[in-house]
Amino acid sequence: MFRPAARLLGSCTRQISTKVTRTSERADHPGSSTVFTDDLVFINPREELPVPTYRVTDRSGNVKGKAKLPDIPDDKLVEMYRKMALLSKMDKILLQSQRQGRISFYMTCSGEEAAVVGSAAALEMVDTVFTQYREVGVYLWRGFTLDNVMNQCFATHKDNTKGRQMPIHYSAKHLNIQTVSSTLATQVPNAVGYAYSNRISGRDAVSVAFFGEGAASEGDVHAAMNMAATLSCPTLFICRNNGYAISTSTKDQYVGDGIVVRAVGYGIRCIRIDGNDVFAVYAGVKAARALALEHSCPVLIELMTYRVGHHSTSDDSTAYRSIDEVNYWDREDSPVGRLAQHLITKGLWSTDLEESYAKECRKEIMTSFARAESERSPNPLWVFDDVYDSLSDHLVEQRREMREHLEKYGENYSLDKYMPVE
Amino acid sequence: MLCRKLLSRTGSLKCVRNAAHFTYQPQTPPAHLGETNKLNMFQSINNALDIALAGDDSAVVFGEDVAFGGVFRCSLGLQEKYGANRVFNTPLTEQGIIGFGIGAAAAGSTAIAEIQFADYIFPGFDQLVNEAAKFRYRSGNEYNCGRLTVRAPWGAVGHGALYHSQCPEAYFAHCPGLKVVVPRGPIQAKGLLLSCIRDENPCIFFEPKILYRLAAEEVPTGTYTIPLSQAEIVRQGTDITMIGWGTVVHVLLEVAAMAQEQLGVSCEVIDLQTIVPYDAQTIEASVKKTGKAMVVHEAPLTQGFGAEIAARLQEKCFLHLEAPVQRVAGWDTPFPYIYEPFYLPDKWRCLDTVKKLMDYM
Repeated sequence: MFRPAARLLGSCTRQISTKVTRTSERADHPGSSTVFTDDLVFINPREELPVPTYRVTDRSGNVKGKAKLPDIPDDKLVEMYRKMALLSKMDKILLQSQRQGRISFYMTCSGEEAAVVGSAAALEMVDTVFTQYREVGVYLWRGFTLDNVMNQCFATHKDNTKGRQMPIHYSAKHLNIQTVSSTLATQVPNAVGYAYSNRISGRDAVSVAFFGEGAASEGDVHAAMNMAATLSCPTLFICRNNGYAISTSTKDQYVGDGIVVRAVGYGIRCIRIDGNDVFAVYAGVKAARALALEHSCPVLIELMTYRVGHHSTSDDSTAYRSIDEVNYWDREDSPVGRLAQHLITKGLWSTDLEESYAKECRKEIMTSFARAESERSPNPLWVFDDVYDSLSDHLVEQRREMREHLEKYGENYSLDKYMPVE
Repeated sequence: MLCRKLLSRTGSLKCVRNAAHFTYQPQTPPAHLGETNKLNMFQSINNALDIALAGDDSAVVFGEDVAFGGVFRCSLGLQEKYGANRVFNTPLTEQGIIGFGIGAAAAGSTAIAEIQFADYIFPGFDQLVNEAAKFRYRSGNEYNCGRLTVRAPWGAVGHGALYHSQCPEAYFAHCPGLKVVVPRGPIQAKGLLLSCIRDENPCIFFEPKILYRLAAEEVPTGTYTIPLSQAEIVRQGTDITMIGWGTVVHVLLEVAAMAQEQLGVSCEVIDLQTIVPYDAQTIEASVKKTGKAMVVHEAPLTQGFGAEIAARLQEKCFLHLEAPVQRVAGWDTPFPYIYEPFYLPDKWRCLDTVKKLMDYM
C-alpha cells in the first residue's frame, strides 16, 4: 500500500543535496514517498551550508540590511530593558551572596538576558512555560518578584515551594510557569503533553520548553520532538545555545549544524536566531507562536548566545576557557548593552536614567535579600506534606516518629531557625 | 489455553508454551454491585477504560499500538468509539510516552498511558521517578500530575523469558510519590484501575498478563471502584499468613487448599493489591493472629518487595512471631526461558515453606 505523498516534502522544490540526482520514477514505500536515483551518493551534511542566523540589529543596536524592527510599543521595550538590567544585577548580587556563604547555590544568566526576556515578552500569559534552570528572566518578565526569588533561594517559610528545592528551582503557578527540576530535558516531553491537552481542549495557547544545547543531547528531546510532530502539538522548543554545558563546549556536544537542523529530521519548522539581539528573539518567538497555533504544530527556535558566567557557583570556568574569550563576549556582544545603546539612540533611555535605575535596582535587591535572609525556614514537619495529595498511613507514622524525636533531641537541630514544629 | 500440544510419533504430549503453573480461582463478585457479565481480564480492563473515557471528557488513552486495540486487546474498540484525539498511537518511545503523559496530566487531562510490557518501562524510569513522583512535592503543591495512570502488562506468562515476564514493582515502591497497584483478576482489575485513574496521584497499574485471557469471571457491569491502599483477605485462616499480589494469589489459594487437606493447616491468604502505599494494618493484624508469615512474589528475592514486608512484620509483630518471616520468590537471576518452571515460586515451594513454618520450633 502506498503512503500518500509525505506532508513535509510533497510540495518541496529544494532538495537537501544537489549531488544526488533525481529520476522521474516514483519510489513509494510505506515509510517514504519520493523518487528513485541511480547515483550511489551519500548525503554528506558537512558539505551543506549551515543554517543562517536571523538578526535584526547589530551589536551597536542598529537595524541591519532588510531586517525590520518588530512592532513593540516604546513602554514595553523600555520595560524589557529594565527587566534585563534587573536580571543582570540580581544575578551579580546573588552570585556574590553565595560566595559569602549566605545562600548555598546560584546560577546566573549572564549574557543570555535577551534570549530569555525577549522570548518571554513575545509570549502570552496563557502560554505555559517549562524552563530548564537558566530562565528566571521569564519569571521576572511575568511578574515574579524579588521577594519570590529571595524566599526560594533562602528556602524561607514564605517560599511558595515550601523550601523543598535548592536555590533557583522556582515555580510560579500564578504566572503559568512550571517548576524547575534539575534533571535536564525531562521538561521537554512534559511540554508536549501539555500542548496536546491544550489542542484537544481547544485552548488557544502554546506550551514552551526551554533547554540548552547540552540538554538537547538527551533522549527526552528526541522523544519530545518526534511526538510533538506526529501528534500535532503546538509547542515551542526554545534552545539556548550558549556554547557550553558546564565545561563541555559544543565541539564535544555535537558535530552536526547545532540544534536547529535536527528539527528537519522530525519534519518540524525551525529557525536559528541571534539570541543576543532582543528584537530578533522577540520577532522570532512571536512568529513561531503564530505558526504553532495556526498549524497546530511544534516549532524549534535555536537562540545563539554565550554563557558569560560560570555554569553555577559550583563551577570555575577559568579551568576550561580563557578569560579573554569571556571578556570578548561580555564586552562586544552584551545583550543588555545592545538594547541600552538602541534605546539611548532612540531617546528612550539615558546614562542618567541608567545610573538612577542601577541604584534603584540595587536598593530593591538588597532590601528583598535582607528581608528573606532574616525569615525563618518552614515548619520541619512540612517535610511530609505533598508527597501525595494526602498523608498516607506510613507518612503519618513517620511524622509522629520525627515529632517525638524532636521533642527529645530538638536542641541539636537549630530549631530557632525554623517555624514552630506543630 | 497456554499449552499447544504437539503429538510426537509415540503419541506423547510436548508443550511448546508452558502450561500455567497455577489454576485460576474465579472470584465471586460482591452482591451489592448488582448485574454481572462474564469477562476475562483484558475485557474487564477494556470496560474500565471505556467507563473512564465515557465519564470524563478529558480522559485520553495512548501508547504504542493502542489504536487498533492494543497487543493484548485492552483498548479494543475504543478509538472507534471515542475518536483519534482521545485514543491514539504514539511513536515507539517509553520516555516520550510517560513524559507526554505527565504534561497532559499537568494540563488537566486524565492521562492513561500504556507501556507495552513492564519490561520496557525503564526508558521512562527517569520521568516517573524524577518528574511524576516529585511533581507535587517540589512545587509546594502548586502543581501535580495526579491524573496520570501508567498501565503495563506484568509478570510470568509461561514463555516470556527475560523481557516479557518482569515484575518491576520493587523499583517503583522505593520512590515516594508514586502509587503501585496489582490486581489479581478481572473484578479487581476493573475496580482498581478505575481507582487509579481517579486517584489524585500518579499511579502505575501492573496487569498480570497471564490472566488477560485465562482469568474469566462474573464482573459487575456498572461503575465501581476498589479502594487503593487496602489489602484484601481472600481466604480466612488461623495458622499462617500468606501475602502476595497478582498471579501469585492464585498459587497461594491453591496451596492453602492443599495445606488444609494434606496437613490440616489453616492459611490466611492476603492480596496486598496496592504495593505502595501498602496496607500495613491488615497484614500486621493477620500476623499477630497467626504468628507465622510468608510473602511470595515472582520478582527476584533480593530487594524484592517481600523484603520490605518482612522487615515491617518482624519490626511490628516480633513478639507474636513463632517463626522467622519467610519469603518465597524468584531466584536472583534474570527471568529465564526454559527454566521458568524452576524459577517461579510455585505451589511446591510454597507448600514446602508452609511445612517449614509449621515445623519451626
